[in-house]
Amino acid sequence: MKNSPAQFSKPAFLFVLFAALLVSCRKEKNIKEEIRFEIPANFPAPKYNFSSNPVTTAGFELGRKLFYEPQLSRDNTISCGSCHISFSAFTHHGHAVSHGIDNRLGIRNAPPVMNTAWSDEFMWDGGINQLDMLPIAPIENPVEMDLEFAIAVQKIKNNPAYPPLFKAAFGTEEITGPRLLQALSQFMNMLVSANAKYDKWKRGEDNVQLTADELDGYHLVQQKCASCHSTDLFTDNKFHNNGIRSTFTIDSGRAHITQLPQDVGKFKTPSLRNLKYTAPYMHDGSFATLEQVLDHYAQGVKYSPTLDAELQKNGILGIPLTAIEKQKIIAFLNTLNDEKFVKDRRFAEQ
Amino acid sequence: MKNTKSIFAVFMALSALFSVSSCKKDKLKGKGTVKLTFDSRAGNANFAYGTEYTNAAGEKLTFTKLQYYVSNFVLIKEDGSEYVVPQELTYRLIDEGVAGSEVITLPDIPAGEYTKVKFIVGVDSLRSTMDVSKRTGDLDPAGKAADMYWSWNSGYIFFKIEGTSPASTRTGNVFMYHIGGYGGYSTPTANNIRTITLTSPNAIEIGEGRAPEVHIYADILESLKTPTTISIANTAVVHMPMAATTFANNYADMFKIDHVHNE
Repeated sequence: MKNSPAQFSKPAFLFVLFAALLVSCRKEKNIKEEIRFEIPANFPAPKYNFSSNPVTTAGFELGRKLFYEPQLSRDNTISCGSCHISFSAFTHHGHAVSHGIDNRLGIRNAPPVMNTAWSDEFMWDGGINQLDMLPIAPIENPVEMDLEFAIAVQKIKNNPAYPPLFKAAFGTEEITGPRLLQALSQFMNMLVSANAKYDKWKRGEDNVQLTADELDGYHLVQQKCASCHSTDLFTDNKFHNNGIRSTFTIDSGRAHITQLPQDVGKFKTPSLRNLKYTAPYMHDGSFATLEQVLDHYAQGVKYSPTLDAELQKNGILGIPLTAIEKQKIIAFLNTLNDEKFVKDRRFAEQ
Repeated sequence: MKNTKSIFAVFMALSALFSVSSCKKDKLKGKGTVKLTFDSRAGNANFAYGTEYTNAAGEKLTFTKLQYYVSNFVLIKEDGSEYVVPQELTYRLIDEGVAGSEVITLPDIPAGEYTKVKFIVGVDSLRSTMDVSKRTGDLDPAGKAADMYWSWNSGYIFFKIEGTSPASTRTGNVFMYHIGGYGGYSTPTANNIRTITLTSPNAIEIGEGRAPEVHIYADILESLKTPTTISIANTAVVHMPMAATTFANNYADMFKIDHVHNE
């Protein structure tokens, strides 16, 4: 009975206890890091087809590594994350247009990568009709990463770090273009920004209240801006000419894709979320501050044949806005800044 | 007597008819395969890279690249009934630089005598907007479709010819015709998908234990000829959907079934 196997000696007992603690710690960590895509209560139904590519923890982690992978560029210097920086809500803060490979300049402001699951047309001109196919464009663009996609996939194949990650994400070590794109989609689809002050107020969380000015600003935005900046995504995901220029010779916008004269100068409506982190604004980064943006709508709108009807009502260009109204709108726009999103460690380069 | 004779004749005719039809039924039963070969031609001559041809505009030209998609095959019988080949099996990139890419074997086709072959030059619009899990095989943009995909305007290049011509004013005297455009996602845009229906000179007999071969001629020079004669001097480079429509309209009479081998 003395040395019965059912009884532990004191050190052995302590060891078991310690091991159990370790295991439970581990478990907690796993639970904490488990990645799940969730639809915020105030958002519409997503457009991405998750049934063919559900978000998994391993797929997300692979996608994140690929997002920050400079090998996807010709000279291994530029990653997706170079121009889509997490703490700038995945834009290239401070850059009107981004500098890509060899310091080449593009013609458009890097748009934020957020709430991608709710869009089915991407880029300022909507040229991409599928999130999965999106990364091929910047990878192949000569002023961005300048690498043939097939070669990019080959470089990832030759990198010994990746086969185990593909196995974890997709079951086998096989590295293919579609798998690489699916992993990137999983990462991008997790970049959901829905925890700004506004969201909490809208969902009735934590007793969050908007101030009187913020509330006034909210109503002004609903009244004067929501024809384009609609839903809680604050974009209609459609294309409009907002009167930035009167001619569009450098960049015809949507017409570059449709080749239709009625689409000249139209660009996809950007969301109003996270503006604190994403200046400068507009497709060409031409406005540095929100005040400049509102001044543009109030008195800077330029006429051209495709100018949006909402910006030329009753023969008057622009949207009438008083100084007080502008202040209140900006107060409201600041409630759309999602600090939790831009500081989320899961989304940053590891 | 006369009556008996005619009754006999009718009987003979009926039995002959019966035996023929029963014979046919015996001959073509179950399911079979058909092999389609897309043979590139240049007018009456064989098509080859590096050979100099003359186009309808009278310009000399030499090809360095010929790639095009065919898909969505349908086999049609004399009575008009159709067999639609399962779509997943039909996306094929024919590449002059890849031996064997011009031969397409379609399996499990119900027995019968087929007289027409219908297909799309290009990739249908629905597939052109599907998620990447549906872009395997010849549609993989990191694989066979690497040179046949527009990344900036997501969609496939349906038909691509490149080469050189003294008539070209471009650097290196090159010409490049990239024909794509599936019709647009939310805004209707140039749609350069074309459906081709070819009538076979003799019936394609498909059935168990048979493997008929359909020999299709694709006259590449014809893609520059009718109804619109393309002049390299005027247009040496096309890589946007709208300008490509003229070329897509020229596909109509570039294909024909030259002959069918039935066993």
